[in-house]
Amino acid sequence: MTAVEDPAVPDTPVDLAPAKEIGQARLRKEDARLITGETQWTDNIVLPGMLHMAMLRSPVAHGRITHLDVSAAKDRPNVVAVFTGADLAEEQGSLPCAWPVTPDMVNPGHPSIAVDQVNHVGEAVAIVVARTRTAAADALEAIDVDYEPLPVVLDMEEAVKDGSPLVHDSTSSNTSYHFVFDAGEAGTGGDTDQAFADAEVTVSRRFVQQRLIPAFMEPRSVVVQPTRDNYTMWSATQIPHILRVMAASVTGIPEHKLRVIAPDVGGGFGGKLQVNPEEILALLVARRLGKPIKWTETRGESLMTAHHGRDQVQFVDIAADRDGTVRGLRVRLLASMGAYLRLITPGVPALGAFMFPGIYKFPAYRFECDGVFTNMVPTDAYRGAGRPEATFAIERIMDELAVELGMDPLELRRKNWINADEFPFTTVAGLEYDSGDYAQATSQALELLGYDELRAEQQRRRESNDPVQLGIGFSTFTEMCGLAPSRVLGSLSFGAGGWESASIRMLPTGKVEVVTGSTPHGQGHETAWSQIVADQLGVPFEDVEVLHGDTAISSRGLDTYGSRSLVVGGTAVVKAAEKVVQKARAIAAHLLEASEDDLEFTDGKFSVKGTPGASIGIQEVALAVFAAHDYPEGIEPSIDSEATFDPENFSFPHGTHICAMEIDTETGFAKIRKYACVDDVGTIVNPLIVEGQVHGGLAQGIAQAMFEEAIYDAEGNLTTGSFVDYLIPSAADLPHFDTGNTVHEATSNPLGAKGVGEAGCIASTPAVVNAAIDAVRHLGVSELRMPLTPERVWRAIHEGGDGGDRAAATSNAQGVTSSEAATASATEGDQQ
Amino acid sequence: MTQINVRVDGESYTDDVEPRTLLVHYLREQLGKVGTVVGCDTSNCGACTVHLDGQAVKSCTVLAVQADGSQVTTIEGVAEEGIGGALHPVQRAFHEMHGLQCGFCTPGMIMASIDLLKENPDPSETEVREGIEGNLCRCTGYQNIVKAVQHAAAEMRGQAPGDPDASPAAVDTAAAEHVVAQS
Repeated sequence: MTAVEDPAVPDTPVDLAPAKEIGQARLRKEDARLITGETQWTDNIVLPGMLHMAMLRSPVAHGRITHLDVSAAKDRPNVVAVFTGADLAEEQGSLPCAWPVTPDMVNPGHPSIAVDQVNHVGEAVAIVVARTRTAAADALEAIDVDYEPLPVVLDMEEAVKDGSPLVHDSTSSNTSYHFVFDAGEAGTGGDTDQAFADAEVTVSRRFVQQRLIPAFMEPRSVVVQPTRDNYTMWSATQIPHILRVMAASVTGIPEHKLRVIAPDVGGGFGGKLQVNPEEILALLVARRLGKPIKWTETRGESLMTAHHGRDQVQFVDIAADRDGTVRGLRVRLLASMGAYLRLITPGVPALGAFMFPGIYKFPAYRFECDGVFTNMVPTDAYRGAGRPEATFAIERIMDELAVELGMDPLELRRKNWINADEFPFTTVAGLEYDSGDYAQATSQALELLGYDELRAEQQRRRESNDPVQLGIGFSTFTEMCGLAPSRVLGSLSFGAGGWESASIRMLPTGKVEVVTGSTPHGQGHETAWSQIVADQLGVPFEDVEVLHGDTAISSRGLDTYGSRSLVVGGTAVVKAAEKVVQKARAIAAHLLEASEDDLEFTDGKFSVKGTPGASIGIQEVALAVFAAHDYPEGIEPSIDSEATFDPENFSFPHGTHICAMEIDTETGFAKIRKYACVDDVGTIVNPLIVEGQVHGGLAQGIAQAMFEEAIYDAEGNLTTGSFVDYLIPSAADLPHFDTGNTVHEATSNPLGAKGVGEAGCIASTPAVVNAAIDAVRHLGVSELRMPLTPERVWRAIHEGGDGGDRAAATSNAQGVTSSEAATASATEGDQQ
Repeated sequence: MTQINVRVDGESYTDDVEPRTLLVHYLREQLGKVGTVVGCDTSNCGACTVHLDGQAVKSCTVLAVQADGSQVTTIEGVAEEGIGGALHPVQRAFHEMHGLQCGFCTPGMIMASIDLLKENPDPSETEVREGIEGNLCRCTGYQNIVKAVQHAAAEMRGQAPGDPDASPAAVDTAAAEHVVAQS
């Protein structure tokens, strides 16, 4: 670990104060305003003279703009201005992509507004600015635009073939990059081809990670206030700090003239980890007009144009000995980029590259990925970002290998997983897993589920040929979290570091302001950070206020994603508190007329060892340095501090998730009978928040398995463009979750925290699908495509195959899913 | 423009509105009642739920003119003694059971839950899940929302939460144990 160089306060190892607040289920400070409607969402902001912006969006997926006439719109009532791409072409620059995963990655650039060509449905082609939201929306109808259609590229496997139409004329193929990780070449494993040549058993599978939509509940919204050459931007974003740097570089507005504020933000899940076209356009329009500008999307716009997630075709081969010992893993991916590269679009599958080996001791591993352009909205981070895809692939194929070997799927896992006494363990992907106990989590999860009874019931249902069959599926997962060691990110060509910053301000009355560079949007940082500081400084929980999400208040930060906030940002808070204590110690020693070495600090009080009654509280020291009448020579009259923490390793939460699934073989209806999971997220600061994060992650992971799929028709229209068609689960669609924890502290940060935001989402999807297949495998089903709609499951049982595409049933057009053509795939998975 | 008279959270308003104006937009944009939010445009998410003459409605499916002569209660008026006053038991239960994370769905979820408990003061877990299925939450996985509604139900029936006579599911709550341990 490292900290900002501060000559007055050397970077010393941190001793955590005894946990009094840490570990408590403190009710959240954030709730007071959220349950009373006193929240500040971006869309609530009203400024004097504020104008509203609406976009005309392309109804075609691929076409040249041959005619665009906005004159009639300009004449509409209350319209102030209309802009086209041509109007803004000189100043709009290109939206940033921060992750060139290979040196020769092709990035065709990403205009915020189309100038002469559109590349996906929903791309902005004109902007109306009006005095009211409705006037702006109305005037869109008066814009006249014609497109010359171009061939639409949707199917990745077709897109990468020679002769395929191109998404971008400026490129020579639809492949943006070819990323390879080969353990043999990296020196972290043996020769993969040799491992497969020598193996007694190999199993190959093709898995489809359908396209998903993050679907945060608060639609994106941005307000920009220009004040001469200063700009303040409020945005419903996860990343105000990154957004500021990026927006400044895109627009040419100097960074110090741009303040970005993320007020209350209603969910993100990676979907608000983005520099959005509309944020840039709001800045450009505000600069042009010198007036405050607001844009808030409709849900339809959100589903159609905010970035999507997943969308990979995975070809996975596993090699093993007859006794079940795994020998090698080979992964080839086609990963959909969509039409453009957004902030970390190409990096998502590359991040996943390191997680395919999971918790297993593979001696050989090779990963290859093609990033592929299609005429769809770009993909980017969605809860887990690369790691759910990898976890799905490994946990699914372990089940298929078990079937091939005639082994119990759990026995196969036990045989190959890293044992508790083998940590730290360097995996074939080169990661050093620091701690954990997979066996312990598994035995607890089995107990929580009531495994033996359910297996017995499954047997009874099989024997009686019950129309409702039962299956049990496992996912013994790990993930790399706590993004991230800056040097590692550098080695992966990521455009930023992975540190986090915190500062602590001791107010004259002894109250404490904690400024964090993490940017919460539902995670409860205000509560958890208060608990940490209350312990470290020995002050009451209520005396701590946590400030965040405003670049003018928190100037340094790298924001919230990748389960990093507590692991990296929380540790920065610990280190900042440590510095406060160190600085206060010198003042306290002076005031107590004692040597610093004779002081001990407990429960917020400095006491002179062996002198009862000689003590001063840290909150009193805060007042003393405010008055500054009496402090030692040669030091500053302040006990405020700042710290930056750069982790030396990722953190590796793990857990065992078990799903028991009922499938009605007559209707294909799948229903989760019971879901039990035991997660190890290291030190738990607030069990209530941890439980909530696990629940929410489970809901989203289960939703991938069972409900959600972004579907495009053959013309590239999103047919799941509303909450009528894109099925995010309701309370009635989800089961009760039985959750538990084991605790093996992370060794890479003093808190011992591993991160919890993504765990449930990463772990649950394969457990659900494995359970469904287990329920009907005896009926000839060995693959099921996600989501597990009743139609798909029924088809797989009664017609064979994996259930096929859903699109044809929901669209009048000849539908294709985002990932592939409607045919061909249905049986491939079973022919191995 | 059409003139309407409505009583919102105890205050009377007379306003001119466009006939097409939705109640939620009237509340947010003309009255500044921004506690009620818009989450979708198809009446699926329920984030905009308010009470119209005592009944839960999605205020994006009601025209402002349809509220003429009516009483509207929003999340801002649901606390027993108005803003700053004692919280409604359902508001309190959402806090105590950790029934919210980002909080965007919360106003609508609370308004729908109050309406549910009026119809069914002692709902089972399944009845709560079905009762709030018109309201979407993307953060919580619903489990703690269900707990919150049952917890509030017990309190509103005059039973201490955790009372064995309360509905069985209401006491099956890890969150409640935390709360008990803390208080």
